[in-house]
Amino acid sequence: MTPIIELQSVYKSFGTVVALQDLSFAVYPGEVHCLLGDNGAGKSTLIKILAGVHPPTRGTYLIDGEPVQIGSPRQALDRGIGTVYQDLAMIPLLSVTRNFFLGREPKIGWGPFARFDVDHADAIVIRELAEIGIDIRDPSQAVGTLSGGERQCLAIARAVHFGARVLILDEPTSALGVHQAAIVLKYVAQARNRGLGVVFISHNIHHAYTVADRFTLLNRGRSRGTYARSEISRDEVLHVMAGGEDLSRLEAEISRLGEQKRLHG
Amino acid sequence: MASNTEMAPLSPKGMGSDTTRIRTSSPIARLLRRPELGALSGVILIYAIFFAVAGDSGMFTIEGIINILQVSAEIGILAAAAALLMIAGEFDLSIGSMIGIAGVIIGLSATVYGMPLSVSFLIALVICAGIGALNGLVTVKTGLPSFIVTLASLLILRGLAISITRYVNGYTQIPKITQSDPDSIVISIFGARIGQPVFAWMADHGWIAARANGLPVVEGLPVSIVWWVGLTLLATWVLLRTQFGNWIFAVGGDPSAARNVGVPVHRVKIILFILTAVAAVLFAATQVLAVGSADTLRGTQKEFDAIIAVVIGGTLLTGGYGSAIGAMLGALIYGTVQIGILYIGIDSDLFKVFLGLMVLVAVLFNNYVRRRATQER
Repeated sequence: MTPIIELQSVYKSFGTVVALQDLSFAVYPGEVHCLLGDNGAGKSTLIKILAGVHPPTRGTYLIDGEPVQIGSPRQALDRGIGTVYQDLAMIPLLSVTRNFFLGREPKIGWGPFARFDVDHADAIVIRELAEIGIDIRDPSQAVGTLSGGERQCLAIARAVHFGARVLILDEPTSALGVHQAAIVLKYVAQARNRGLGVVFISHNIHHAYTVADRFTLLNRGRSRGTYARSEISRDEVLHVMAGGEDLSRLEAEISRLGEQKRLHG
Repeated sequence: MASNTEMAPLSPKGMGSDTTRIRTSSPIARLLRRPELGALSGVILIYAIFFAVAGDSGMFTIEGIINILQVSAEIGILAAAAALLMIAGEFDLSIGSMIGIAGVIIGLSATVYGMPLSVSFLIALVICAGIGALNGLVTVKTGLPSFIVTLASLLILRGLAISITRYVNGYTQIPKITQSDPDSIVISIFGARIGQPVFAWMADHGWIAARANGLPVVEGLPVSIVWWVGLTLLATWVLLRTQFGNWIFAVGGDPSAARNVGVPVHRVKIILFILTAVAAVLFAATQVLAVGSADTLRGTQKEFDAIIAVVIGGTLLTGGYGSAIGAMLGALIYGTVQIGILYIGIDSDLFKVFLGLMVLVAVLFNNYVRRRATQER
């Protein structure tokens, strides 16, 4: 099977700062590929390359096996790569419908009299959201009234509706409570089952391990390998995510502090 | 955790889903979300007060009402454009000076350079639209607050208007503008009174006050009122029913989010700065062509009047939320109080005191409504 999107030996630097080195990464249809790594590991740079925000300095970007040059987020979108950013690109004071169609408003009418077809748009939003189990009371209500999980799902539904074949989800569950996160994770799994490729970025091992089919572990701009879930245990993933040896050292240090407290207290 | 690929389809009322805790939004809740609500309550309250205090003073005769509407219309023409700009998150403090310079351009072109009035008007329109575009361009390119950029324009344009007029004309007024071209179409478009036969007919029947010669005291409906209503309806249609309107809200609500989904943020803002300038030219035209003279100080402080009407009308100073109908109601409140205070016979200087309090109350109310609108989960 050909990956939907693939990076081959990508190198990216910003001035003197090397953000990614010799990185290869692929997403297949119908898989959730989880990208793990500490802050500064290069996750953001990687997704920005995929989303068309930055071109790679060296290396190849392939879509459906064809090498491509993506110059802007818009081009990536047109090729079916939908990115849901952490800040969601949602405007709290704007209604659900208006947010959903922002920038791609359906129009009826002719020339200067073309108008935003609000009724049609409302109907689509109600249908799309009902499909993922969000029962929206009133599509003209402000997005600010939705819960965090609903807002996240709305952003994902928007990307899917506008033809995304690959979803890039940047920390979709990081700001959510257990319950809200569960709603989002279920939806991610549903999207995967419909054959979409999903790039899932997370800090939360529980969320990542629940939904991911494969993991790519990033450290200081380099890949530490890609593993199927069957090949790597939760603890191993956690170990790499937390910075490996650093964590063992930290644990030792903390237990020493505990000793000291016991001795002096 | 191995079974999670076999995800059961979600039921809309699934266990633990937040949909079980939802109450449907009632028509009242929907009404409370409308930005015009505060201004509408204000209009009702103010008319109730004036009816009680000045019901038989002549304020509610046709002359009184036309006076109120005329004052409201002038503010309202500016407020319609200023509302769109404020919803997009920007101010234009140069509106007043733009009125001054537009009047000067119309006046000088017609009197000194002998242009037909319609050409003079078009010259003013083009030049002021250009200045508006410049306001917008400087704001979006420098990233400075539009408050500062247009404050600079306020000073520059007023200074230019006075200095150019004095240089060309010798003094700061331009009289007899309509004399050379009294039948110009732009006079009837901007300066005329409409429905004159109807008003004359009503005076004949003694329904409205007439002068000694039998002509009505109020000869007709000032055409500026038609402009006011027309522009407000157009602005409302644009806001609520067009793609551009959606972009206006988005640009004011969160510019970077808007940019992420492909909204041309800079273009939207520049267009709105141009529209505000055009509204200032329309205002200048209604004044200059009705009166027949221009003064370099015309329009002084009108930028504040427009902003006051917009804010009373429920538009957030920070952008992203508001209404053109609200701005219309805000202008109506402004006009009603300014004229009404003359009828109830209290010190008319208190008008500004009242206006100040009104603005304060309106902003507090708007903030409350916005909180309700976005946090009813």
